[in-house]
Amino acid sequence: MNMNYTSEELAFRDEVRAFLDEKLPADIAEKVKGFRHLTKEDHQRWQQILCKQGWYASHWPEEYGGVKWTPVQKHIWDEESCRYGAPRSIPFGVNMVAPVIIRFGNEEQKQTYLPRILSGEDWWCQGYSEPGAGSDLASLKTRAVRQGDHYIVNGQKTWTTLGQYANMIFCLVRTNTEVKAQAGISFLLIDMNTPGITVRPIITLDGAHEVNEVFFEDVKVPVENLVGEEDKGWTYAKFLLTYERTGLAGIGLSKAALSHLKELASRRLKNGRPLIEDTSFSQRIAKIEIDLTAAAISNLRIIASVEGGGVPGAESSMLKVKGTEIRQSINDLARRAIGPYAIPFVAEELSLEHEGEFLSDENAAPLSAYYFNNRKLSIFGGSNEIQKNIVSKMILGL
Amino acid sequence: MDFRLNEEQQMLQDTVARLVRGEYSFEKRLEFSETDAGFSVDFWKQLGELGLTAVPFPEELGGFGGTGVEVQSVMTELGRGLCLEPYLQSVIFGGGLISQAGDDSQKEAWLEGIASGGLQAAVALQEPQSFYNLNDVETRAEKNDKGYLLNGRKAVVIGGHCADLILVSARTSGDTSDANGISLFALKADTAGIERRVYPTIDGFKGCDLTLNNVQVDAGALLGEEGNASGVIEYQSGRAIAALCAEAVGVMETANELTLDYLKQRKQFGVPIGKFQVLQHRMVDMMSELEQARSMAILAASVANEEQSDERRRVLSAAKNIIGRSGQFISEQGVQSHGGIGMTWEYNFAHYAKRLIMINHQLGDDDFHLERYASLLQAS
Ligand SMILES: Cc1cc2nc3c(=O)[nH]c(=O)nc-3n(C[C@H](O)[C@H](O)[C@H](O)COP(=O)(O)OP(=O)(O)OC[C@H]3O[C@@H](n4cnc5c(N)ncnc54)[C@H](O)[C@@H]3O)c2cc1C
Repeated sequence: MNMNYTSEELAFRDEVRAFLDEKLPADIAEKVKGFRHLTKEDHQRWQQILCKQGWYASHWPEEYGGVKWTPVQKHIWDEESCRYGAPRSIPFGVNMVAPVIIRFGNEEQKQTYLPRILSGEDWWCQGYSEPGAGSDLASLKTRAVRQGDHYIVNGQKTWTTLGQYANMIFCLVRTNTEVKAQAGISFLLIDMNTPGITVRPIITLDGAHEVNEVFFEDVKVPVENLVGEEDKGWTYAKFLLTYERTGLAGIGLSKAALSHLKELASRRLKNGRPLIEDTSFSQRIAKIEIDLTAAAISNLRIIASVEGGGVPGAESSMLKVKGTEIRQSINDLARRAIGPYAIPFVAEELSLEHEGEFLSDENAAPLSAYYFNNRKLSIFGGSNEIQKNIVSKMILGL
Repeated sequence: MDFRLNEEQQMLQDTVARLVRGEYSFEKRLEFSETDAGFSVDFWKQLGELGLTAVPFPEELGGFGGTGVEVQSVMTELGRGLCLEPYLQSVIFGGGLISQAGDDSQKEAWLEGIASGGLQAAVALQEPQSFYNLNDVETRAEKNDKGYLLNGRKAVVIGGHCADLILVSARTSGDTSDANGISLFALKADTAGIERRVYPTIDGFKGCDLTLNNVQVDAGALLGEEGNASGVIEYQSGRAIAALCAEAVGVMETANELTLDYLKQRKQFGVPIGKFQVLQHRMVDMMSELEQARSMAILAASVANEEQSDERRRVLSAAKNIIGRSGQFISEQGVQSHGGIGMTWEYNFAHYAKRLIMINHQLGDDDFHLERYASLLQAS
């Protein structure tokens, strides 16, 4: 048993730190650390920097422009970039559709799409969920009917994260209604600029615009945009979801959020003393820190097993559940830490350009909104209930 | 033993319920929230005309002489509709402070207006550093020959943005957190030197922070004895806590009804999701939390107008602690049970969820009241 990094891994960590010290734009890091909204331009700026360094597509094969990081190296990158306040990559292109194209797509699709993901020319979004198909994804109804060299797509997708910025969407569509639900689904790549597509914003409870509805009305999609075989899309969809879930535990993000919380609690006063010295509050923090330590080690154990050639299965579902609960409870405490100032919602203070005095703490404005927004963590990417169903089936045989 | 409302109380509750149902759809609430007032001026007027803003006041003010139970009936229904009107701030808290601390001429000047809804009061007792401790007061009031000169800052005054009268605590002697030395003043909102920084709240209300910059008032603005307001403030915040608990119960009732409906109606995997045992048990837990909260709101209402005592303090802190915890449980588990839809602005549940969390940030959160309760524990 050895829980320490090797000297190569330590050297890699130094390299990552030097890069982040030098290249991460301060304004972007400040937004990330203060839980403020990032613009499309912020994301793109950071992506360009990462691409230049060759670190953007960290789990693609080298032949397509990826880096050959070991699972431990990826972990180090994740941990350090969260600590520095680097934005998470928007996963839909680089981490979701790309692995599917690399694994199941044809040569032409690889040549067409992968470079455009790297260059930032394409912004992808994920068209899985529908109003009637959330947890029960296989019941999706969006139809694609083949007509000559095109599919004609009709239907509706929903909860499409950042679809307002996207020019490409990967969709699960029904191509066969005669067979079992899972057997009649195909995986289509669709240009959002095709006539017949409408994007409508969904505003979340915190007033933010992050998700959308996407409507398809007689949308003509060339058959070349089918990935793999017709009606086999479910297999690719499931392959993609394993990629989606691995990152969802968010250990690095929780660590960053916890240190933000401690800093906040050292600044805020209760009875004239820093809140962090208050017994009941410090015990709440301590409990979360202990939970997070355990989750971080569980995460490392999964990473080590992958490094040794294992395949993470239900463990990553368990970790998703724990990890999201931990992050939500950190958000909960951050909101509690500002006491009655959790109530005001001063929108102008969400912007870094805000000049003039802050209502209370310069970091207070986003905290309640962020708490509410992050209730999503236990809902999306397969809700925590669904993760537990997976564990009980796969590991426990129940 | 009988927990039922008597006929009059039931009638009162039904009247408010009918009014809320008729006038306060969710869509309208969103609109009211966007106006400058931040609530429905028309609905407020109707509450006044029907005598509902007078419920806790004596008969000579057109009131019922209502106690905690009558207030509870009104607040629960306002909670069910997620109503934005300043009933808690103006009628219960503001009106309560003046009733208890004011002299005859002060009562005469203001109470009738408050009881009829024509005059709107707000309370400004907390400060940026005070967390939830209302004895933590830095704002100073210096006596001079014209009366008092006030300087300081007051935090998160819900309804303060459009109140006519603001009840402010200020220190006339003592150190920041001494219970002694706090005085209470009734300031007309347009007095020179009062600056309001207005903002919306995350749960749809409006409020402000106040800066008091050499605010000169005459001696008639002092409510009660100089330096001796701490007890009055504590007593009246207790009445407000009981009222807030009743509101919370109304919010929770509706939140649970919405969730239960959703479990029956939303289908996934070919069945209503309410068929999944994990969601059934969670819904049962949410209902049990509501029952606990309801019991404590009833208990709180029963002591709200009793004489001050450690027992009253304990009950109110216990109630607020339970309400904080059960409210958060129902809010979070309700969102989770709804899936994505529970997180959207257009769907009413999300707004109930937000109100429940924010109630915990008013008048002390569950930690604050747990500590207060613990400090009052009896040895046996
Ligand atoms: C902010 C946000 C962003 C999202 N981004 C995207 C995106 O970019 N692209 C995309 O395609 N989708 C996206 N989603 C959709 C997300 O994947 C779904 O919300 C999720 O799968 C849950 O589906 P649902 O909302 O329809 O809830 P439902 O499936 O209706 O579930 C409601 C409740 O029932 C529970 N439940 C359902 N079935 C079972 C069961 N068998 N056993 C026990 N409990 C069960 C659920 O856990 C949940 O608590 C996003 C969602 C949110 C909230």
